[in-house]
Amino acid sequence: MSAPIIEFKNVKKCFGETVIFSDFNFKVEENEIVSIIGPSGSGKSTLLRILMTLEGIDGGYINVAGESLWHMPWQGQHVPANNKHLHKMRNHLGMVFQHFNLFPHMTVKRNITEAPMRVKGVSRAEAEEFAEKLLQLVGLADKADSYPNDLSGGQKQRVGIARALAMKPSILLLDEITSALDPELVDEVLDVIRNLVKEESFTMLLVTHEMYFAREISDRVCFFDKGAIVEEGEPEAIFTQPKEERTKAFLNAYIGQ
Amino acid sequence: MEFGEIVSVLLQGAVVTIQIVAMALPLAVLMAFSFGLIRLYAPTPFKQIAIVYIEFFRGTSALIQLYWIYFVLPFFGITIDAMTAAVVALGLNIGAYGTEVVRGAIQSVPKGQYEASIALNFTSSQRLWRIIMPQALVNMIPPFGNLAIELVKATSLVSLITIGDLTFKAKMLADTTLQVGEIFGVVLLFYFVMAQFLVFFIRRLETHLSKGLGRGGLHS
Repeated sequence: MSAPIIEFKNVKKCFGETVIFSDFNFKVEENEIVSIIGPSGSGKSTLLRILMTLEGIDGGYINVAGESLWHMPWQGQHVPANNKHLHKMRNHLGMVFQHFNLFPHMTVKRNITEAPMRVKGVSRAEAEEFAEKLLQLVGLADKADSYPNDLSGGQKQRVGIARALAMKPSILLLDEITSALDPELVDEVLDVIRNLVKEESFTMLLVTHEMYFAREISDRVCFFDKGAIVEEGEPEAIFTQPKEERTKAFLNAYIGQ
Repeated sequence: MEFGEIVSVLLQGAVVTIQIVAMALPLAVLMAFSFGLIRLYAPTPFKQIAIVYIEFFRGTSALIQLYWIYFVLPFFGITIDAMTAAVVALGLNIGAYGTEVVRGAIQSVPKGQYEASIALNFTSSQRLWRIIMPQALVNMIPPFGNLAIELVKATSLVSLITIGDLTFKAKMLADTTLQVGEIFGVVLLFYFVMAQFLVFFIRRLETHLSKGLGRGGLHS
């Protein structure tokens, strides 16, 4: 079996006095789709944000694609990563945000082509051709020249997905991508992800409150509480026969609705 | 004195005022951007220099700054002509206020924009110039417009260091002809017209820069 594509080893993370992770260990295999569920404030989003290098860590190690994410070798030692190292490591990762975070001053097309052109040096023609493909994939081929503010929430998020995919990340991080949407718009976004995983294999890590979606799409579901994985396993097992009391209580609260 | 003559003399003064604005405004913008960015991103010692500059020029009177540059600096062996002194004093003064405009506008861009640009792996300078600054510029325009108008009005101070600007000519005419009503009426109108010209220009700029940002009433 090959090495995991993501590995957290004894990771520690605090925000001031608040300890999010005290000794966190976690692995994701290549092409595995892992859903993270759990109550608010349990560290789910922080996990993704640490991987995307939006938050640093206070201890431990993280490996991504065989290399240390937050550290680098220097004169035979392991030292905190510099910008250059982080820049290299980010090439593996893409993220879709809860609040979309599209660039409002750019058209939909430019939102998607800007990073491939400026960061990867892809030619305009090539970047635009790929953007068109991605817009077709997310069902927004006719919106290429619109600005984000002219789109609905669901459309914005579909552009957010296309924008992340444009950088061809090997690991896709989805941070509560439907939480800011009106209920009737949730499925148009989830359908995009459903189609995506049908067509290509991805390593995907998603934080979600859509239990039916987690159950349907994941290879593995992790239930998080207070900075630790309380229970994990195949979706059917977690959703139909949870072993831990906390998992049961959490799922009951959701399914009871 | 005939009204036409009064207007003609005052127009000469207005040209000088416009010249000062035209030179001091670019200096102010340059100071605002450079020190605004230093204040935000530079290492601490540079930040402290920026703070000293900002607080000094905001915290003391523009007229006294002008006197210092024109009358006091020669005692230290630095002699500059009145026009240069006027441009430097006003440019530095308005620029100091401008730094806070630049800083505030950059900080008002939502955090999610930084995060998205990190996630897409833009370099820090690409983040600033391609993602953050275009959005911040739109926020800067209205307060910069106010400062530009402040600058136009502040130019009247230069009449006190022997420059023949609009105010200087007006006082001179008033002293000799005593036709104060006509003279200061025209002066008022001239300053107003200059300010309105700036307002018009600033509105155009704002409309141009806010494309896609959904401001200006098209969509909220």
